[in-house]
Amino acid sequence: MAAEPVNHGRRRFLTASTVVVGGVGGVFAAVPFLSAWLPSARAVAAGAPVSLDISKLAVGEQLVVAWRGAPVFVVRRSPEMLSVLSGETDRLKDPESANTAQQPAFAQNEYRSLKPDLLVLVGSCTHLGCSPKLHPKAQPEVWDDQWKGGYYCPCHNSRFDLAGRVYNQSPAPTNLVVPPYRFEGDARVIIGESEGAA
Amino acid sequence: MAGERTVSSTGILGWLDQRLPVTDFWNKHVGQYYAPKNFNFWYYMGSLALLMLVNQIVTGIWLTMHYKPSAADAFASVEYIMRDVPWGWLIRYMHSTGASFFFIVVYLHMFRGLIYGSYQKPRELVWVLGMLIFLMMMAEGFLGYVLPWGQMSFWGAQVIVSLFGAIPFVGNELVQFIQGDFLPSDATINRFFALHVIAVPLALLLLVVLHLAALHEVGSNNPDGIDIKKKKDVSGKPIDGIPFHPYYTVKDLFGAGVFLTLFAFVIFFQPTFGNLFLEADNFMRADPMVTPAHIAPVWYYTPFYAMLRAIPDKLFGVVVMGAAVMILFLVPWLDKSPVRSIRYRGPLTRIAITLFVASFLILGYLGMQAGSDLQKLIAQICTAIYFSFFIFMPIYTKLDKVKTVPDRVTMHEH
Repeated sequence: MAAEPVNHGRRRFLTASTVVVGGVGGVFAAVPFLSAWLPSARAVAAGAPVSLDISKLAVGEQLVVAWRGAPVFVVRRSPEMLSVLSGETDRLKDPESANTAQQPAFAQNEYRSLKPDLLVLVGSCTHLGCSPKLHPKAQPEVWDDQWKGGYYCPCHNSRFDLAGRVYNQSPAPTNLVVPPYRFEGDARVIIGESEGAA
Repeated sequence: MAGERTVSSTGILGWLDQRLPVTDFWNKHVGQYYAPKNFNFWYYMGSLALLMLVNQIVTGIWLTMHYKPSAADAFASVEYIMRDVPWGWLIRYMHSTGASFFFIVVYLHMFRGLIYGSYQKPRELVWVLGMLIFLMMMAEGFLGYVLPWGQMSFWGAQVIVSLFGAIPFVGNELVQFIQGDFLPSDATINRFFALHVIAVPLALLLLVVLHLAALHEVGSNNPDGIDIKKKKDVSGKPIDGIPFHPYYTVKDLFGAGVFLTLFAFVIFFQPTFGNLFLEADNFMRADPMVTPAHIAPVWYYTPFYAMLRAIPDKLFGVVVMGAAVMILFLVPWLDKSPVRSIRYRGPLTRIAITLFVASFLILGYLGMQAGSDLQKLIAQICTAIYFSFFIFMPIYTKLDKVKTVPDRVTMHEH
């Protein structure tokens, strides 16, 4: 074989451009593999709105319904329950519901609800997703001797008031989520879609 | 014929050796791998960890023959294995109890590395690869605990996956990406199964091979922390070294016998080990509507879980928990001591290691408890001690008095 002079620059260029083109191809090839981890069309469809009959929901009581597999709490609050919400706001992390990601615009008010008495919340703690329990009575509890009624998460002691607003000293960073919802007459609540925007 | 290799072996072995380095491989890693002759109790743990890895793989393969990875069938299929499959209960308990024994052995193995300075130069990479194995094992254990789809499976998955939700901006999307749904569901259990039986075990096996390859390249440390390669006889063998086979194969076989006896005792008489190895709530089917009153992970995660709970802020808590694992990777570069073994180190290091182990054990206990305000305070103190051990390591290891390390390894008389 005749000893031809080796063009190193040409070799380097060809090797580098092959690596670059292959790398770009590799990135595109990764797209389907990563996308396959996203919620499937079936899972998204199963996240459709649910309808709940609230005509038999008594004052001070709670109904739990599954929406997107997570529990949603619907509570008909009594006037006494509503009256404590305006007090002791200095013990809350976000009393004005300033964090707009935690509720639709219609619920950014003192009661965090469309109708003052009816509270609708996604029942999963904003800390690590456990389901907080309703302790509606204002009475001293182990976790708070000035308990005014609200939700207590047994996993990591997060506390929320009767509007789902998180207390200071809770590991949960934000208020409980208010899902989009709307009423159909007085007896039905549709969870998962709000007025106007479906 | 050109290219024929000259080998000393004959017959079938000779034929093989000309085509595959069978004898070379055996000699390099077993037959003529010279290990220090002063290994003690702690040096059982490495081979026992390998034994448990084999146990997990074999029993795991058998479990997949009956297990069904779906939210609808998983719980019933595990109960089916426990009740109807011949000897299914034994294989399942060997696997679930085996996971705990694997972690016991690995924690002791890590402690051994810590007290004898087995991570110091030139064994930094052995330590780092070992830590990667530990990280993979934690992932593997978590994924596996989700598979029976009991209450603890579901809510454990919910809590652990939610940790990723603490990451700013992409948190919520990332959680849905991991779960493949808005909450742990059929899609989640199916992919966790794929990761638990294929992806993570493959990575684990590869890491174990690299861990051993790196170890055999630099040679084993020993309780005296003495480099045995410095003293060699005329044939170039370390004077204080003995071939791994037959000396340590026989020693490790004895250790395996005692260990398996203990293992069998627990499998037969205390398979759940009083809620520690398998929690009572996990014998109830997953219910996404009801959170169990008390959620605690399996014992091998509780020290890190206690740190998470000790911090009253979600993102910071997650960061602290992650850092608690990651900081272990840095130990080879944090230790500035001129000697390896605790035998020749001064009081500062001994106190530091004692406090570190105590804080780790206390955190492990607290991670199982419901968590009162007092317990939270203790957990915060222990978290501070845990991190201080690493952060101040460059200082106290440098200041500490050290004894003179002998030339030759020390042994008891027999």
